Amino acid sequence: MKNKIRIASGQGFWGDLIDAPYYQVTHGDIDYLVMDYLAEVTMSILQKQKNKNPELGYARDIPELMKRILPICKEKNIKVITNGGGVNPISCAKAILEVAKSIGISELKIGVVLGDDIKDRIDSIIDSGCELNDMETGEPIINVKDKLLSANVYFGAFPIVEALQRGAEIVITGRTTDTGLTLAPMIYEFGWTKDNFDLMAAGTVAGHILECGAQATGGNFLGNWESIENFAQIGFPIAEAFPNGEVVITKHESLGGKVSIDTVSEQLLYEIGDPKMYITPDCIADFTSIKLEEEGKDRIKVFNIKGKPDTPSYKVSCSYESGFSASSTLTYSWPQALTKAKAVDKILRKRLEILNLQFDEMRTEFIGYNACHGPLATEIDEDLINEIVVRFSVRSKDYKSIERFGKEIAPLILTGPPSVTGFAGGRPKPSEVVAYWPALIPKELVTPYVEIMEMKS
Amino acid sequence: MKIKLRDIAHGRSGDKGDAANIGIITYDDKGYEIICKHLTVETVKKHFEGICFGEVERFELPNLRALNFLLHNTLGGGGTVSLKLDAQGKTLAAALLRMELEV
Repeated sequence: MKNKIRIASGQGFWGDLIDAPYYQVTHGDIDYLVMDYLAEVTMSILQKQKNKNPELGYARDIPELMKRILPICKEKNIKVITNGGGVNPISCAKAILEVAKSIGISELKIGVVLGDDIKDRIDSIIDSGCELNDMETGEPIINVKDKLLSANVYFGAFPIVEALQRGAEIVITGRTTDTGLTLAPMIYEFGWTKDNFDLMAAGTVAGHILECGAQATGGNFLGNWESIENFAQIGFPIAEAFPNGEVVITKHESLGGKVSIDTVSEQLLYEIGDPKMYITPDCIADFTSIKLEEEGKDRIKVFNIKGKPDTPSYKVSCSYESGFSASSTLTYSWPQALTKAKAVDKILRKRLEILNLQFDEMRTEFIGYNACHGPLATEIDEDLINEIVVRFSVRSKDYKSIERFGKEIAPLILTGPPSVTGFAGGRPKPSEVVAYWPALIPKELVTPYVEIMEMKS
Repeated sequence: MKIKLRDIAHGRSGDKGDAANIGIITYDDKGYEIICKHLTVETVKKHFEGICFGEVERFELPNLRALNFLLHNTLGGGGTVSLKLDAQGKTLAAALLRMELEV
């Protein structure tokens, strides 16, 4: 058994810094590279891509990235774990095998975690008595079943552990929790068992710190952000894990950013609810038990973590079509920028009213004045405001209303208040609104399984 | 004496459905004492009048000298449906740091 492993975060979301995983494998020693690609909406986007082309539905950045890092990972024996398989992890694995072949790699073993996609099983699940009620409203899923775009169960660390045990060098999953990606190698390397809830919680907390990439190493840091050095080549976090559950959060020395109690604390508090009840498929972690200690420059020890048994349910993330929306902006300059922006809002609303368009909501925001902080924004002398961007947004079940809204923005330039600019890129097109439906499903109704895909010489 | 929350704390915010989460972290024990006393469910709810239209929940994390707040019915329907520029509540931690405390 190893007495220490280094797990590096390579992506915090799909669209994150492209070079980050490359830096992680080249700027120092690591044992695992973990990459989170999936946000709540991502699955529905991927499902739409798969509907158009059955070979798609995964994070398409992955094969290109693998081309770059696979030779290095092979040489240094770095294993890669990612949930970027989206709704088509098999095709993702196939694409990686092809890329590997094209760069002369002759042996590669990929573990694919499957079973999370329950979209085609919804009817039988409902028949079995599980109504997949919305966790927020309590509504049964049957109400939106016809508009359902995707339905995926969040799996935890153990299917990944199985893939590693079967010799996978790369593990591709669909909807796996971000925290499971980091916990899995700890379970695998240190032989942790599921009933050791404190250890499950320790790896889960480490996973939470890593899951948003550089948000743990000085990115989006609301403390003294100006003290963060070299944002341009910011180092993503690395969790140095030990068999007793202690973890040190650090980063490669030659890269930018900072790991301090303050930067790690901000990430610990990110997107959590009740800190005593951080629920994952693997355990319930108690974030109030976490202790942090600085043990050197850019080295924060995370320890004393307590956990409780996992719950009998998996969380399911469903998405469904919920009408259309559009947004557009105009920019007004000094003098009277805000007054003019408010006037044009009245004019637009009047025109939309005359047209008798149907909107579920219309929202106007004044960027440069109060779009972020609303009523908390400080009142300032209008003469000091140099310019205002007015942003109009509408949402409706009626496509035609949204489309017509798009045609009413440009005319405001010649038919409304003066010194206006910034209308570029043509008429705003209606975009589909994808709503999110979180639900729970009894664990016995879903079974994760692992498929090994390999290339042998 | 009036102090700015910004001078004794930092934080981060994000979304949980239509709720925003705001974590506020103090720089020392004294600061934590101050926010425990002054950043109550009521003062935070009042601060976000016109932004938060639901219940406010508060959780204590003494080891991290931090409080976590959940502001329900705040993000205009949540990440994917919301028309807000800040649909995920990313700037709301900064909005809470605007608060002044009478200590």
